Amino acid sequence: MENKVKRNLPDDLMEEMDLKPFESANIGHPEVQRVAPKVRVTTGQNKIADSLEEVIKENLKDGMTISFHHHFRNGDFAFNKVMDLIIKLGYKDLTLAPSSLTGVMNDKIIEAIKKGVITNITSSGMRGSLGDFVSHGGLKNPVIFRSHGNRARSIEEGEIKIDIAFLGVPISDPAGNANGQEGDAVFGSLGYALMDAQYANKVVLLTDNVVPYPNTPASIKQDQVDYIVKVDQIGDPDKIGSGATRFTKDPKELKIAQMVNQVIVNSPYFKEGFSFQTGSGGAALAVTRYLRQAMLDKGITASFAVGGITKPTTDLLEEGLVRKVMDVQDFDKGAAQSMAKNRDQQEIDASWYADPHNKGAVVNNLDVSILSALQIDTDFNVNVMTGSDGVIRGAVGGHQDSAAGAKMTIITAPLVRGRNATVVPSVETVVTPGESIDVLVTERGIAINPKRQDLIESFQKVPGLKILDIHDLQKMAEKQVGVPKPLEYTDRTVALVEYRDGSIIDVIKQVKD
Amino acid sequence: MEIKKTGVAGTLESSDIQVMISKGSNGIEIELDSEVKKAYGDQIEKVITETIKNYGLNDVKVKAVDKGALDCVIKARTLAAAQRATETSDQPDLEVL
Repeated sequence: MENKVKRNLPDDLMEEMDLKPFESANIGHPEVQRVAPKVRVTTGQNKIADSLEEVIKENLKDGMTISFHHHFRNGDFAFNKVMDLIIKLGYKDLTLAPSSLTGVMNDKIIEAIKKGVITNITSSGMRGSLGDFVSHGGLKNPVIFRSHGNRARSIEEGEIKIDIAFLGVPISDPAGNANGQEGDAVFGSLGYALMDAQYANKVVLLTDNVVPYPNTPASIKQDQVDYIVKVDQIGDPDKIGSGATRFTKDPKELKIAQMVNQVIVNSPYFKEGFSFQTGSGGAALAVTRYLRQAMLDKGITASFAVGGITKPTTDLLEEGLVRKVMDVQDFDKGAAQSMAKNRDQQEIDASWYADPHNKGAVVNNLDVSILSALQIDTDFNVNVMTGSDGVIRGAVGGHQDSAAGAKMTIITAPLVRGRNATVVPSVETVVTPGESIDVLVTERGIAINPKRQDLIESFQKVPGLKILDIHDLQKMAEKQVGVPKPLEYTDRTVALVEYRDGSIIDVIKQVKD
Repeated sequence: MEIKKTGVAGTLESSDIQVMISKGSNGIEIELDSEVKKAYGDQIEKVITETIKNYGLNDVKVKAVDKGALDCVIKARTLAAAQRATETSDQPDLEVL
């Protein structure tokens, strides 16, 4: 069957897994039933476990679903400690349901898949050797990719039922009151892990820092926690995020950032109290810098910034140019450390941030969202999941959620990367539907989604802002790099990409080599 | 035109291609390593082959490490490597260029 973004979905798999094809970014007002976890009642004494191995042996059974968070990113020690034991103990058929997967976890996961320990994965994304392994058919069952908001929804509605959540934290008390803001390996917001703490049947905290009761502020709360396991070191502070944020000197990125700034400043949304989300790429950081100057020049302030937060954004908070930071995760040390000092830097969980099935998430209050793309096509569909070789090397993240919620979604991308065109006739994998995208900014000019005639009118008046048809941008790219030979895939589906509501927006096939 | 030594041109920087040309015995043999081999491998080999033929060489071994170079870069690097291999760098064949 074909879905609304013209992707061919395998009928047998859709039927077997009882999946629906993607219809629309408009969620409507469905009434949904949420689930609740099982609770083993205690008075909370003796939660500190003698050994992680005992905790696993007592609680884990073959076929269960286990989860982790990715807030430590490449400084994560929790995941490999837990998986080492699970592999050693010989468990089978586990489902891995982390908030996302980072490079340090790759080798361990591949080992676990090869030994039959892990047979199912759902994640926001994957990169490097694991993406390569899955794209070459290493895992029998298709991986399910979900956005951060969709993961929250799936947990709430029981599509992901977490039996045990193993959550690393830099500080906890003996009852399980924990946060991400104090200790050696601070990462700031615990946003994604808060879903696991709330909905998993068993919650196991791992920490290298147990402090006297009670520990506040408590992001994860004692009433949610079953066990606390003490480890030597929970994470490598130097690898959690990039250290000092460096502004790009790449002229192409600076040009893009300048044009993004022009687009924002000349949009109807740039007025007192506007709100924005930027990512962590070089261009996004430069946008924040230009935006700061524009806000000073015009004498306006933003009501909030949301998303993955970086130091340039928390600097705006301290400067008073941004009133609140709604913080689901922190990308660098500066932003992480700022959370402990700033009460206006509000920790939000994944549901509050981006869930499509609640009573209104922060992304729905968002004016402007600046997002990136590996590829964007002439229907404005965006791929942030597979490379131009068809191999998995990305993550949905909050892309679908932020694009759907924001009043104006801007995609920033260079026209070509090396010999690969970024603006293409048809993306390898649709992650975010074109109907959610309003403006594409490349170094050669901008393209506006034809459904946004209002923006076309606004931007036509801006001197020096070159507006092109997206088809022209695509042809420009093709002229530069040539026409690529179409990639070859086998018939086998290695991954499903869900839209926010759980419908299937695209599938990823095994690459042929 | 005769190949006198191994000629190399280009770097391993992004968007460049390093081309190494040495004496062969069996037509133009190309060993290509490219990040975009699946999508552009045939096109890259075609550009290298045509450039070498136009330069008047027939039995050549080519080793190319491509980092996403455009056709114009591939052509330039191949020509430079051919000139170095034939020790004709100081007398560029303007008609070919």
